[in-house]
Amino acid sequence: MPQGTVHGLLGANGAGKTTAVRVLATLLRPDSGHARVVGFDVARQASEVRARIGLAGQNAAVDEILSGRQNLVMFGQLCHLPAGAARRRAGELLSQFALGEAAAKPVRQYSGGMRRRLDLAVSFIVAPRVLFLDEPTAGLDPRGRNEVWQMIRVLAAAGTTVLLTTQYLQEADQLAGAITVIAAGRVIAEGTPDELKTLAGGDRIDVTVREADDVAPAARLLRTRLGTDVRVDQEGRGLSVPATDRIAALTQVIGLLSEQNITAEDITVRRPTLDDAFLHLTGQQAPGHTAGAAEVIVP
Amino acid sequence: MTITLAPEIPRTFRSRVGWAIRDTWVITRRGLAHWRQQPGAVIVNTLVFPVMIVLMFGYLLGGAMTVPGGGDYRDFLMPGMFAMTMVFGIGATVTAVSTDAARGVTDRFRSLPMAAPAVIAGRAAADMLNSTAALTVLTGCGLAVGWHPHRGAARAIAALSLLLLLRFAFLWIGVYLGLRFHSSPEAVTAVRTLEFPAGFLGSPFVAVSTMPAWLGAIALWNPLSSTATAARQLFGDPMGANSSWITSHALTMSVAWPLLLTAVFFPLSLRRYQRLSR
Repeated sequence: MPQGTVHGLLGANGAGKTTAVRVLATLLRPDSGHARVVGFDVARQASEVRARIGLAGQNAAVDEILSGRQNLVMFGQLCHLPAGAARRRAGELLSQFALGEAAAKPVRQYSGGMRRRLDLAVSFIVAPRVLFLDEPTAGLDPRGRNEVWQMIRVLAAAGTTVLLTTQYLQEADQLAGAITVIAAGRVIAEGTPDELKTLAGGDRIDVTVREADDVAPAARLLRTRLGTDVRVDQEGRGLSVPATDRIAALTQVIGLLSEQNITAEDITVRRPTLDDAFLHLTGQQAPGHTAGAAEVIVP
Repeated sequence: MTITLAPEIPRTFRSRVGWAIRDTWVITRRGLAHWRQQPGAVIVNTLVFPVMIVLMFGYLLGGAMTVPGGGDYRDFLMPGMFAMTMVFGIGATVTAVSTDAARGVTDRFRSLPMAAPAVIAGRAAADMLNSTAALTVLTGCGLAVGWHPHRGAARAIAALSLLLLLRFAFLWIGVYLGLRFHSSPEAVTAVRTLEFPAGFLGSPFVAVSTMPAWLGAIALWNPLSSTATAARQLFGDPMGANSSWITSHALTMSVAWPLLLTAVFFPLSLRRYQRLSR
């Protein structure tokens, strides 16, 4: 990974994202093989690696009894900042992460989002060469998510390389210059978001029908008449077909549906998303896909 | 947003040791900050409970107790109480260590460029300070109910040091168990419950000679009994007639037991810490 870039690690639950991060952050010894971070072997030169990395894991790893400020000062001192610098840095981070008002309260009184922000603030105390973020925005509201994204961009611009695992493909799309997709512990694709989207094929037309009973007949209709593959989301009453010529395909779909008296609530033509790429690569719904999809299990 | 760069990691042995000491001190202060944040829990766990037991055994049950070989029961009781309190400190250690491990705080420490032993050394220092405070309160409580050392200040200080040495040894058992069983709260509860038989099955409250032979043998070889007997000897308190080998070597054993336990559990704890994974 080139310095100062954001790299996304995508995969369904259980694909091995967290394990990969734990190995790279020296918490877990690899069963086999080697891993190097900033040129140092994670198993044999762990302390060299630790001096150059930051980590925010999936659960907020902060002291529940201490206040937010006490946590930041303590971790600052454990990063070997002088006491005064640790206090100053704690103050800066508390206001940047909108925790100023709660600074003196014990963390066990914080909401989930506040804990998450504090946890991230801890991993930002010193700018590491490589920052591992394991689902950094899980459980945050959209505003909190934007704040975190902004912080990640600033850190990357200052030269920190960020490895990000995420459930939200949109997040990877927003932040990552390069993405690795893993399934069952193996890398199945790598590339820029655009390259991965291209893998998923061209534009698509998404249709939402009004009646749930219409989903199956509509799918059959489009499949036979257009001669293409049709993706179905039964609970969301959605269908999705590929479109090589956007306007012609749109006209065709509208025509076919009205011919059969199937009422569509919504029809959109769109560029492929990372969700499509993920689906194409793994044959599974995207990990963060919640629109009525069953839980994703990668074999 | 501003960027703060990490200080260079130390290259020389001396600066490494400096970092390790600073790290340990930061973790120790964290333990002390916990007391300040939760004064109620500290007062109940480390102070009220032992005082209550002193009053219960000293006055409620004490009237019915006679010490084999003669002597006042409250004089016999106090050194036993001290030893038991030291052993019971293990519960607080196990809880603190397992909570950190379960919440991922330990993993965060492990991902920092800290000296590895600093996390458990800091925990140890904080717990020792806590137990020293508890021992001080308990000593005051003993003086208030009429107990006092009979053989001078130097021997009394030696006795208190032996008691803290016992606490030190049990600390490492606590750290080990906390790291070993952090993922199951039931196991942590089990450890806290087993304190009672482990603490009572010894000579803190009753002379071993009053027990059935098989039970007495177990009680005699409980490290707690050696420390309690050695403390009784140094304080000049009644020792509850017993002529077994281990009782006549109580002073030696009160040093040997804690050293042995530390030699086993300190390396085990450190190893567990370094290899902790979920």
